[in-house]
Amino acid sequence: MADTTSKSYFWKGFRDGTPFIFVAIPFGTLFGVFATEAGLNIVQTMAFTSTVFAGAAQFAALQLLQDQTPTAIILVSALAVNLRMAMYSASLTPFLGAAPMWQRACAAYLTVDQSYASSIVQFEKEPNMTVPQRMAYFVGSVTPITPLWILATYLGAVLGTRIPESWALDFALPITFLAMIGPMMRTLPHVVAALVAIVVSLLTVAIPFNLGLLIAGCAGMIAGAQAELLADRRKAAA
Amino acid sequence: MTQPDPVTIWTIIIGLAVGSYALRFVFIGLVGDRPMPPWLLRHLRYTAVAIIPALIAPLVVWPTATGGQPDAPRMAAAAVAITVGLFSKNVIAAIFSGAATLYGLLYLLG
Repeated sequence: MADTTSKSYFWKGFRDGTPFIFVAIPFGTLFGVFATEAGLNIVQTMAFTSTVFAGAAQFAALQLLQDQTPTAIILVSALAVNLRMAMYSASLTPFLGAAPMWQRACAAYLTVDQSYASSIVQFEKEPNMTVPQRMAYFVGSVTPITPLWILATYLGAVLGTRIPESWALDFALPITFLAMIGPMMRTLPHVVAALVAIVVSLLTVAIPFNLGLLIAGCAGMIAGAQAELLADRRKAAA
Repeated sequence: MTQPDPVTIWTIIIGLAVGSYALRFVFIGLVGDRPMPPWLLRHLRYTAVAIIPALIAPLVVWPTATGGQPDAPRMAAAAVAITVGLFSKNVIAAIFSGAATLYGLLYLLG
């Protein structure tokens, strides 16, 4: 029965998504702490974390808010950080695009690094899964982390103001992101993209409104795409 | 810390919520099964690895907490976090070793 197998795929997704709670809990707590330090109250922090539901973009927005950046630049920069969600959405479309619209609308909200990473591996490993089974797996993979992410943010926001400055929490954000960069360096073009982005971001740091971030991001993306083309051509020639 | 004004904060929250949802919905909701141009996919593949380092690099070289002065413990912590991440492919291990380096050096040098 289709319903039974969908249910078992939900639980398979749930099991595969469970390890990510070790990312969601500290990251969510940190967001609560940062938001409080940036001057957001509990209602604002919780609305932020549950509607935007994207850790990296939330941190980027807060950082820029503290740097007194104009609102329009904050929005563009944080959404640029979230552009990868569009890529995830694009990459999932061949697998989930045939599901009913209301399911796709829910899946869009639940598209995060963790659900994407688990699902794309599973969908490629078992190409014969039906669309309902894929949807059940996808929702299952994000079920363990969603409530914990929101709860952890709340705890961070409540405890945040009591955390002393000597804990150097200013640097928790760079460390967390740097730790995420390492595993992303899957191929040489990824490394090229990151290195070009770093160099350009340091050169353009004096440009107002943090526009250097967007320039550096675009430069890195172009460099990565070009490096990939070169690598493909070399592979074809060999 | 200056208190940011509520209108600014709510504008950012609502703008980001709508924008993030639109980014997630655009392909799975609107494109459906139609194919996308390869050049676009090729650039999208490098979005995360370009934007995140560009966001972080200036914060590592000129940290806000030290008033923009380059700082040895923070530089070392950054180097350790990225190195451990590169070789272990383990985000949690990289976070903890970076944090341990930062606290260890702040304690020893502070």
